[in-house]
Amino acid sequence: MPDLTAKKKRPLWYNLSPLNLPLPGLVSILHRVSGVVLFLGLIAFLYLLDLSLASESGYAQAAGLLRAPIAKLLVIASIWALLHHMCAGIRHLFLDVDIGTSLRTARRSAFAVFIASLALTASIAVRIW
Amino acid sequence: MVNRIIVGAHYGLKDWLAQRITALLMIGYTVIFLVVWPRPMSYAGWKALFAQGWMRFATFLLVASVLIHAWIGMRNVWMDYVKHTGLRLALEVATILWLVGCAGWAMQILWRI
Repeated sequence: MPDLTAKKKRPLWYNLSPLNLPLPGLVSILHRVSGVVLFLGLIAFLYLLDLSLASESGYAQAAGLLRAPIAKLLVIASIWALLHHMCAGIRHLFLDVDIGTSLRTARRSAFAVFIASLALTASIAVRIW
Repeated sequence: MVNRIIVGAHYGLKDWLAQRITALLMIGYTVIFLVVWPRPMSYAGWKALFAQGWMRFATFLLVASVLIHAWIGMRNVWMDYVKHTGLRLALEVATILWLVGCAGWAMQILWRI
């Protein structure tokens, strides 16, 4: 049995600094973050669906809740989470079937995901504000 | 040649595949929803939309997809960050219970109309 503890120390140089995170990495971690946000937001979404379909007054109540500025901010954040998660997910589906796997294309598609979800969120945000 | 000694494991393929299939279903639902949602929004239009049989069918599939998709995703998150086995198990069980409960709630909302 070789003595593993006596093995000389190997150099470690894993630079995991967020400042060094390439764009596809940022899209990836935001995919995870947005997924968790959507999971947590599920209760609010179901509550509003329940209220809005329950009765005429429930519908008005739900619409009233969504008129508050804080609610609008939360809705916009949720829309961004949904759009980012969806765009990044679609990119993933392409990568899964070997489309766009070169470094150059992968970086470009990551950029596209980022811009597309932000632009769509912005266009919806100005409409609901 | 790779000679695998450990056999019988699924190596996560089923979950991986389920994650993709449910993703496609949810994208499909989103597209349909964007086409059929009532404009301008009103209670009557909103209710009429979800009162249709095919819409309930589609929404049921959406709920089932969210349940499976969110479970796999959240399980991956717990597996990555929660190292304590007991705590991780508790969180995984809580996630399943929560998601199944939410799915039941969604069904109740839809079939009450």
